[in-house]
Amino acid sequence: MLSLTIDGKKVEAEAGWTLLDTARQYGIEIPTLCYHEAVEPFGACRLCVVELRQGDNSRLVASCVYPAEEGLEVYTDSEKVNNVRRWILEMLLSECPASSEIKEMAAQYGVDTTRFEITDPEQECILCGLCVRACAQVVGANAISTVGRGAQKEIGSPYLTPGDDCVACGTCVTVCPTGAMSARFERVRGVPEVVMVRSVKG
Amino acid sequence: MQATAKDTAELRLGSLEELEKLRGELRAAEDPNQTRIIVCHGTGCIANGSAGVTEALKAALAAAGEDIEVMPGIKTTGCHGFCSRGPLVIIKPKNIFYQQVKPGDAEEIVQKTIKAGEMVERLLYEHPQTGEKIETTEDIPFYAGQERVVLANIGQIDPTKIEDALRAGAYAGAAKALTNMEPKEVIEAVINSGLRGRGGAGFPTGIKWNLAAKHEGGQKYVLCNADEGDPGAFMDRSVMEGDPHAVVEGMIIGGYAIGADTGYVYVRAEYPLAIKHLEKALEDAKALGLLGENILGSGFNFDIRINRGAGAFVCGEETALMRSVEGKVGEPVPRPPYPSDKGLFGKPSVLNNVETWANVSRILDKGADWFAGLGTEKSKGTKVFALVGKVNNVGLVEVPMGIKLRDIVMEIGGGVPGSDHFKAVQTGGPSGGCLPWEDAELPVDFDSLIAAGSMMGSGGMIVMDERDCMVDVAKYFLGFLEEESCGKCFPCRLGVPRLRETLKRFSKGEGTVQDIDDLYSMAEAIKAGSLCALGGTAPNAVLSTLRYFRDEYEAHILEHRCPAGVCKDLITYSIDPEACTGCRACARACPQDAITGEKKKPHSIDESLCIRCGMCMESCKFGAVQVQ
Amino acid sequence: MAQTAIDIDIDEIIERYPGKPEYLIFLLQDIQAAFNYISSEALTLVCDHTGVPESQAYAVATFYNSFSLEPKGENLIHVCLGTACHLKGSGLIAENLMVNCLGACALAPVAVVNGEYQPKVTSPKLMKTVQKLGDE
Repeated sequence: MLSLTIDGKKVEAEAGWTLLDTARQYGIEIPTLCYHEAVEPFGACRLCVVELRQGDNSRLVASCVYPAEEGLEVYTDSEKVNNVRRWILEMLLSECPASSEIKEMAAQYGVDTTRFEITDPEQECILCGLCVRACAQVVGANAISTVGRGAQKEIGSPYLTPGDDCVACGTCVTVCPTGAMSARFERVRGVPEVVMVRSVKG
Repeated sequence: MQATAKDTAELRLGSLEELEKLRGELRAAEDPNQTRIIVCHGTGCIANGSAGVTEALKAALAAAGEDIEVMPGIKTTGCHGFCSRGPLVIIKPKNIFYQQVKPGDAEEIVQKTIKAGEMVERLLYEHPQTGEKIETTEDIPFYAGQERVVLANIGQIDPTKIEDALRAGAYAGAAKALTNMEPKEVIEAVINSGLRGRGGAGFPTGIKWNLAAKHEGGQKYVLCNADEGDPGAFMDRSVMEGDPHAVVEGMIIGGYAIGADTGYVYVRAEYPLAIKHLEKALEDAKALGLLGENILGSGFNFDIRINRGAGAFVCGEETALMRSVEGKVGEPVPRPPYPSDKGLFGKPSVLNNVETWANVSRILDKGADWFAGLGTEKSKGTKVFALVGKVNNVGLVEVPMGIKLRDIVMEIGGGVPGSDHFKAVQTGGPSGGCLPWEDAELPVDFDSLIAAGSMMGSGGMIVMDERDCMVDVAKYFLGFLEEESCGKCFPCRLGVPRLRETLKRFSKGEGTVQDIDDLYSMAEAIKAGSLCALGGTAPNAVLSTLRYFRDEYEAHILEHRCPAGVCKDLITYSIDPEACTGCRACARACPQDAITGEKKKPHSIDESLCIRCGMCMESCKFGAVQVQ
Repeated sequence: MAQTAIDIDIDEIIERYPGKPEYLIFLLQDIQAAFNYISSEALTLVCDHTGVPESQAYAVATFYNSFSLEPKGENLIHVCLGTACHLKGSGLIAENLMVNCLGACALAPVAVVNGEYQPKVTSPKLMKTVQKLGDE
């Protein structure tokens, strides 16, 4: 067992656990968007960042991928951590204004409005990549991927046209943190054979 | 027996002794005191027509017949560094330096200098202050202030001939390491030398190697980052074009040290000449037994493969580069695990920059103590810089670490045209920051640059003057990073465009002081939260320009004024009636037909139609078009 | 200049590399060089050969700048937008014409027209070159 501290509290972790695993074991809440138990952690949304302090040094790491180590001094709720979370959420409010889940999470961190311009009022996709990873790692269909790069990146099937690789299992819709995947399901798979119900988050 | 190129084609060296014997024979075959002509075939000089100069010199030599004493053949080399003066021709052994040579000068060079030993005065470098003509390379201030370690052979050797490289000392270090040292002794030497990575981060190279070496056995890799994506940087290109064996040798040493049998060089596709010269170097090294199985009879096997970039700056990031070699999108991955534990194809890997590898060759050849004798206490050795922008001597320089910024720009660089100072010097590319004139005495080393709000980076050094707008510079770098962001992590994908938007508003004179204050908070979030150094350093350009040039930002947003006369929305173009001759060159160039006037009389620009494209200013030969 | 599809046998290109995922980018580069773009048929052949799923190959083909999924024009002009060139006004030149740092900063601003470097280029000069190419 590894001994470390989280928010001043002494905790124990098994070898192989991440900081997120350890925190959750102790009921310490850390927000995530691109994390899901069914797929490999990705470290992309950066909402799960925590602060590691060592003497005068401090740095932020993604808790979903950072391994628990002996002697770490971890802070999940510091000013630096919350600064990152608030700015990401405010930017997401402008990027994905149609997502109620984002609005809810942002409100939890005191972010109710965004100063940034809204270019696509219908957008819900946060580009967490969970759908892509689930389709590849869980289902093995590899029907979708990221398309393009940078701010123009989007999720889709090859040539952004419906294809045969999709088996209409709906796993992507299940893991999607917002309503984005259910809204675009038809673009990936021509005619939906099953009516997909948007997953309800508990 | 005198060794010739033909001989080396059939040789395969089986030991250090055989290598040194060949080296001795090659050196004996060339008399260093004989006259010989060198023409720079670096990309810059080639673009300026040096290939034509070479042809003309060949013809002139042939026409001059056999009564002149000169080594046959013109030696074409890589970049000599003084790019703004190309095409360059050097006459050995005196190192006579001729600049801006044209094919039409060839005849005179052969007749006057080669035949009669006299100077062609008009081709000599002229000291800008004293007006004195300088004859030899060593006396030219541009070269006098440099310490050429990595660049030592570039400009002296034909990079496509391994014989030249061997004459210059290539593979002596590798032979020593493989034959007389244990892998851990090699690592110790690199640690003791104090070498820090030259790609930008400055991580101690030997320590990085140790982390990979500690894994016992199994597949491992060494990689060379030759992606050189920073705009304005061409250090690595010049090394690969001009002395590729330096890199090959370094990687052999690194592979031996950590226990890797395969090396990958990841070169950006925009460097076709570098790739060509590297491929030739690999071919020649392999033929001689300096690469491949049982190198020099040591029992060590090592081979190198070349991967070409596909147009993504982010692939200069260590883990993104490895993903690209694996055939994937160039998206960085979180660390830990570190590449020294789990890197390329999941194996322990060491990635180093081109310049770092070239330094490794020198260190094993001349010794760790020699290297540690150069530079400063915490920044050993030298650094190659691409000195560009508003500086008289644009080109490639190599200086000892710790040299003052002012000495690089004002002495070696020959100062700023039309001014006695620089406004700012940008180092570290898009990830770095600007240093103001007030920092002219700053020692250029890893830690001093970071303390001043910038960083060493890979070596791009961009000099700016009063006509450069710092808001525009920050906006430019953010625009670049926005284009190149991989898009995986949220702080970078969402934050960099919004930072750029803010800079765009500032450049239009919009925004408030509150916006500047908020910017610090947002910048902090992007810096601390991003997955890799692209996002992590993206705010640096803004933060450093704000630190030293806040008044310029405030002029934009509070006074709607761009002091440098750059930001389009805040400037106007006009024609000075005193200087205008009415030639109508500008009117013809204007895409908006905004310039009117009678023939041969001063013209004027209709501001309501003007889109500030600047084509009028470019076409005017009388300097009559002005910007406010 | 790229040869036409009739001249190049795509199977020959495919056979240059082992059928493993790590050769995906090599294959795309060779196909791009031969045909000036990557057709959907070509992508399928590459996927069959390397075992890479089509979605992943598509992700790679759309991630990197040097790949084009649609045929590109005949004459290629690159204007260097590197910092040194930017400071000498290349941004305006590019805007006026309609790329990444070419590493030849002493010649700023630099443009490359169909592979030939043109140093210290100006908008009027480049416009003339474009017009000439258009007339050819």
